[in-house]
Amino acid sequence: MTEVGLADEMISTLRTWVDSEVIPHASEFELPDIYPTDMVLQMAEFGLFGATIPEEYGGLELDNSTYVRVIVELSRGWMSLAGVINSHLICAKLIAQFGTDVQKQRWLPAMATGDLRGCFSLSEPDSGSDAAALRCQAKPDGDEWIINGTKMWVTNGEKAGVVALLARVPADDEGAGGITCFIVEKTPGEKSGGISISKKIKKLGYRGLETVEMSYVDHRISATELLGGQNGIGNGLRWALSALELGRINVAARGVGVAQAAYDAALSYAKEREAFGRPISQHQAIAFRLAEMATKLEAAKLLTFEAARKADAGERVDLAAGMAKLFASETASELALDAMRIHGGNGFTSEYPVERYYRDAPLMIIGEGTSEIQKLVISRALLAE
Amino acid sequence: MKVVVCVKQIPDPALPGELNPTTNLLKRDGKLILDESDSYGVEMALQLVEAAGGGEVSLVSMAPNNEMSGLRTALAMGADDAILVSDENLAGTDALGTAKVLAAAIRRLSPDLILAGVESSDGYTGTVPEMVAGVLDLPSVTFAKQISIDGDTVKVQRQTEAGYDDVECKLPVLLSVTAGVVEPRYPSFKGIMAAKKKPVEALDLQGLGIDLNTVGLVGARQETIRVTEAEERESGEIIVDDGDAHQRIAEFLGELKVI
Ligand SMILES: Cc1cc2nc3c(=O)[nH]c(=O)nc-3n(C[C@@H](O)[C@H](O)[C@H](O)COP(=O)(O)OP(=O)(O)OC[C@H]3O[C@@H](n4cnc5c(N)ncnc54)[C@H](O)[C@@H]3O)c2cc1C
Ligand SMILES: Cc1cc2nc3c(=O)[nH]c(=O)nc-3n(C[C@H](O)[C@H](O)[C@H](O)COP(=O)(O)OP(=O)(O)OC[C@H]3O[C@@H](n4cnc5c(N)ncnc54)[C@H](O)[C@@H]3O)c2cc1C
Repeated sequence: MTEVGLADEMISTLRTWVDSEVIPHASEFELPDIYPTDMVLQMAEFGLFGATIPEEYGGLELDNSTYVRVIVELSRGWMSLAGVINSHLICAKLIAQFGTDVQKQRWLPAMATGDLRGCFSLSEPDSGSDAAALRCQAKPDGDEWIINGTKMWVTNGEKAGVVALLARVPADDEGAGGITCFIVEKTPGEKSGGISISKKIKKLGYRGLETVEMSYVDHRISATELLGGQNGIGNGLRWALSALELGRINVAARGVGVAQAAYDAALSYAKEREAFGRPISQHQAIAFRLAEMATKLEAAKLLTFEAARKADAGERVDLAAGMAKLFASETASELALDAMRIHGGNGFTSEYPVERYYRDAPLMIIGEGTSEIQKLVISRALLAE
Repeated sequence: MKVVVCVKQIPDPALPGELNPTTNLLKRDGKLILDESDSYGVEMALQLVEAAGGGEVSLVSMAPNNEMSGLRTALAMGADDAILVSDENLAGTDALGTAKVLAAAIRRLSPDLILAGVESSDGYTGTVPEMVAGVLDLPSVTFAKQISIDGDTVKVQRQTEAGYDDVECKLPVLLSVTAGVVEPRYPSFKGIMAAKKKPVEALDLQGLGIDLNTVGLVGARQETIRVTEAEERESGEIIVDDGDAHQRIAEFLGELKVI
């Protein structure tokens, strides 16, 4: 467990940075869709690429409660920054939890510093919510595997040096096979062996960092890249879904961060802007809207921190993480629109950051399981009891 | 190379401060933070030690109630260890008393170089560093904006109104570092964790061997007699546009001879 006093200090250091370096400059990168190199370097300096990697591999080994606070802070400034480390850390989590000792030693220390960047590649053009329908193939060939298929929505795919790739292994004579996780090594860039970045996806929000389509054509990898060794065959989907459970808490935290930013912007604008002879906050419709926003924000925070607390205590989190993700992501979208209403015409312009919150918020409703999928997860857990 | 940085811990300037009505002195009983003025000295020290290829950065601070939050910040940035002087009898100490205490602590460390801020953010008499040098009988150079070490000599660019002076001086020496001349690093999270375990030696006056009569309110030769509120800034004129705002703004700028 991360000591609370230390966590407080880390968060206050991060907050100072977010307030002075991120918030004033985010739109300069976000609007033209430019990668924020300096911000990412500072995140590496803080040690955030190793945030949840075990200390023995050079990471910070933050607990979930502290990691959630980190993600809230980053997202309060600019949600894309949380995306820079999220899929990297999901990849690292898969290695730390299911990799062999040799695999952990090989990748985790370099990932903890950010020198080696990871990404997570489950989704395909025809398989998102229905992850089990994925079609990407991995065929054994002597000591090697041959990968063929197209992966969609790979965040950080181009900059990554390792890809946590979910692919289907055909059943062997004993019937072993199925969806399997590989840690595919590649050279960062547009092409590496049989891997190519076949498309850079233009996005409504979540800009400044890349989300790409990646194609594998007869790409050969060595047997050492099979996560967990031979035991890993057929376990990939189960492992990925367990890593995504924590990913959901992370996305909930992003929702809280964006909702907080929207609320903060709305509150200060409502106090300053005058209409009909007084600050608009003195009109009851606006004041009540602020009251509702603050209440939803608080509820989203409590659900999210409770899910993180449960995860830290080693309890089951499917229900708690699902609820937190569902509520916090919807709250972020609602509050972004509320903040825009309160800003009037100004909210509709790129002079103010609320239009960014409005464009960023829907991602949380979609990524790592849509709201409908959360309701599936939640209702299944309820009905199983 | 061994560098000592004097680090003042002050009440958070972002929070409303309060004066003790009898002594007219700032209340310092809450959490204290690293004075921003001293974060430049810490950064400078870390850079000098890095440039020298090794060495040690030690901190010295005098603060009430064994308060070390500000020291922890500087340790998290990368300083190696610290001496903290705290003693009930130090209440009401003036700048000279502070200098005596800091000098006694610094003497224990025998540094090659001592850095301090030009002036603190709360007291800002801007006198402590030179008094420390005086007590230690060391040379001092004020307003350093660039520092380099060459063997047993330090080369300093000393900021002046017109530009800077080049000053050379033999070590050991005390330098006061101008605010803003380096960009203080953010502590890394690893640094924050490590700072918890770095040694902080807590000393009282007895431990330092200081005569109680030379410090504190009794030893103070400086007294705050009266505190007056700063004049309120005149609020600006708000021009409401009745169709002639542009003319009135132009007139206003004309009066200022801006246009
Ligand atoms: C128990 C206690 C009670 C005190 N009570 C009062 C009080 O009631 N009212 C009050 O005004 N002050 C009080 N002080 C602080 C007081 O001693 C100031 O530190 C002193 O007057 C220095 O003045 P300055 O801030 O103008 O320093 P400046 O000369 O402006 O500071 C320049 C530089 O000197 C160094 N320096 C200055 N002070 C310290 C320090 N304390 N520790 C380490 N480095 C330092 C820093 O590098 C700083 O940037 C108290 C201190 C203690 C320990
Ligand atoms: C910017 C961005 C970045 C991403 N980054 C990554 C990444 O790094 N790695 C990765 O693997 N993936 C990533 N994704 C993919 C993301 O996880 C998927 O988009 C998401 O899981 C939804 O899948 P889909 O887009 O195929 O939608 P679909 O599954 O086609 O869903 C379409 C609609 O149908 C609904 N629906 C589907 N099934 C059901 C059901 N059973 N009951 C009720 N409703 C249902 C959904 O809720 C949704 O409303 C990213 C997506 C985006 C937009």
